[in-house]
Amino acid sequence: MLSNIKKKDLFIYLGVLAFALIAPNVFPDYRIQFTFWLVLIILAITWNIQGGEMGYNTFGNIMFFGVGMYVCSGIQIGLFFDLAEWTVSGGEKTFVHTPDQYFQGLWVGLLAAAIIPAIIALIIGYGVLGLRGHYFAICTLGIGIASGEVAGGIELIGAGQGMTAPPWPKDIGGTEYRNEFFYYLTLALFVMTFVFIKWLYSTRFRLVLNAIRDNEDKAEAMGIETMRYKITGWVISAFFVGLAGGLVGNIVGYIEPVEVAFDGREMGVFMVLMCILGGKGTLWGPVIGASVFHIFKESFWSFFLGWQYVALGVLIIVIVVYLPEGIMGFLREKKPEWFGEVMDEEDRKAQVTLD
Amino acid sequence: MDFLIFEHPILIVQALMDGVLLGILFALIAYGMALQWGVMNIINIAQGELVIMGGYVAYFLYMYGIHPAYGVIVSPIVMYFVGIGIYKLVINKVVDKDLFTSILATFGISILMMQLMNFVFGADVVVAQSNFGTTMLFDNSVTLPNSKIFASVVSVLAAIVLVLYMKKSKLGRAIRATAQNARAAKILGVDTEKVYASTFGINAALCGVAGALIAITFTLHPYVGLPYTVRSFMIVIVAGLGNLPGVALSGMGLGVFEEFADYLLGTEFRIAAVFLLLVLILMYRRFKLARSREYLK
Repeated sequence: MLSNIKKKDLFIYLGVLAFALIAPNVFPDYRIQFTFWLVLIILAITWNIQGGEMGYNTFGNIMFFGVGMYVCSGIQIGLFFDLAEWTVSGGEKTFVHTPDQYFQGLWVGLLAAAIIPAIIALIIGYGVLGLRGHYFAICTLGIGIASGEVAGGIELIGAGQGMTAPPWPKDIGGTEYRNEFFYYLTLALFVMTFVFIKWLYSTRFRLVLNAIRDNEDKAEAMGIETMRYKITGWVISAFFVGLAGGLVGNIVGYIEPVEVAFDGREMGVFMVLMCILGGKGTLWGPVIGASVFHIFKESFWSFFLGWQYVALGVLIIVIVVYLPEGIMGFLREKKPEWFGEVMDEEDRKAQVTLD
Repeated sequence: MDFLIFEHPILIVQALMDGVLLGILFALIAYGMALQWGVMNIINIAQGELVIMGGYVAYFLYMYGIHPAYGVIVSPIVMYFVGIGIYKLVINKVVDKDLFTSILATFGISILMMQLMNFVFGADVVVAQSNFGTTMLFDNSVTLPNSKIFASVVSVLAAIVLVLYMKKSKLGRAIRATAQNARAAKILGVDTEKVYASTFGINAALCGVAGALIAITFTLHPYVGLPYTVRSFMIVIVAGLGNLPGVALSGMGLGVFEEFADYLLGTEFRIAAVFLLLVLILMYRRFKLARSREYLK
């Protein structure tokens, strides 16, 4: 696989990686922001598998995020203590994880946070992915909100009050060390996701997904078992989104059904928006979109103070109406040669604008 | 687990009546959604927010000492212009794009309206008292607030007026022609842009009526719009576009379902039950369609 990467691209990758490794140490105050930046990129590039490559615009990926969050923390606690007692007593005051217990729980929890959402995607995929177009969009919107409402009614995980994730064991270092640890863990997840998806897009899989997007009936008629590919794509998304959810649960430290875990109004919309902003159906589009969006959000959100959702609503409308092809689509139109599209000089001269 | 509803069978009658009266309201909102879906081919996620905003207009009157029942007249007028404004600003740019664009754009409108209402009216649950009293039935074991009866009568009246308007008036004819074939209508001299704008306005006005009725019978809160959107979407896909008796029937069915879900699962799962029903209905539809595709093969 490495041999496929061109020399120029290799420099870009190394540059990005070096930046990601060094930047949080140069700006230690912004470590949490960097972590969330990576999380947003992960959400955007996994959403792109459905929304961009496959043409299935889902609002339901947030469910995997929330499930991953609850599963990870639930297992971290449940392995060593009684989960029901933990949520009733408010957690961290009565029960304390030793460092060994904490890390054992974290690894097992993260593993489960990846596998359980993937299994859920596998089970519901056959039904849900059979829907087309706006029926699929509304159905996944319903699933995303229903999962938040259901989680808000279950007493074991704290119902509407939410529950605390296991606190960082203080013996091995303070908050600074904790933030650093979770930053590098998120970075590892990001690299894993990006490399996997880049490899995935270099295989036949991407062609099949694009065929589904362009004309599903025709793809089926040509002998492609579209349902199998659609479900595989969703399972991959669920796997990585679940992992990201498990990490975010631990970083935030407090899990609440509607505003943290199944936050359709923030994360659920953000992932769609970032992908469209960057450009659907490209590898780098979601990365760029997420970065631009995150920078915009972190630098201007505090100015709006209470008006964030108004700004978000306006932003959605502006992006959807005026920038539907995203940044990558805009660049592609202006500079086709950057994308390897060769334009004949004769053709360029022959073009006539009709005014 | 013991269910109150099975110990006291009279509660079944209560749930049925509440459900039917609630369902008529849902049907009114769904009718508006079916109208704009059929004519403009967009799905309006902000439908529920239009309803809640209509309710707040009635609540606004109530705050200034006017009886909220007058909201039934004031609110559609206000909402008609709100609808026209939203159309001119956003909807006319997405009306000929693909459906997902309109879904996402109206989702943006919905977030925007939600937050604006939160600023203006606060995040508290409010209710506009109508003081219509209650009717007692069956030896005082079934209570029926008169406001709910008022609400269903007004909804039926509003639906009848709209149907007559669509049948008889010139604009109604233009709207129906555009729904059948927008291009042909355009060729024959229908100003489709104006038709779209008025369709969206009429839909918003219907939402205004429904919202004013909800303000006096139930409660208002800035963030409860989305369930109304989902309910009307559900009713429309069960009944089909342009099937008014079907919309009324499935609206009432949904109302009864919700009341029973309330008794059987508990109030905290009510919204979850609505959204899960949506998923179930879509699944049923999907497997039914898949079967008919098998026949074709």
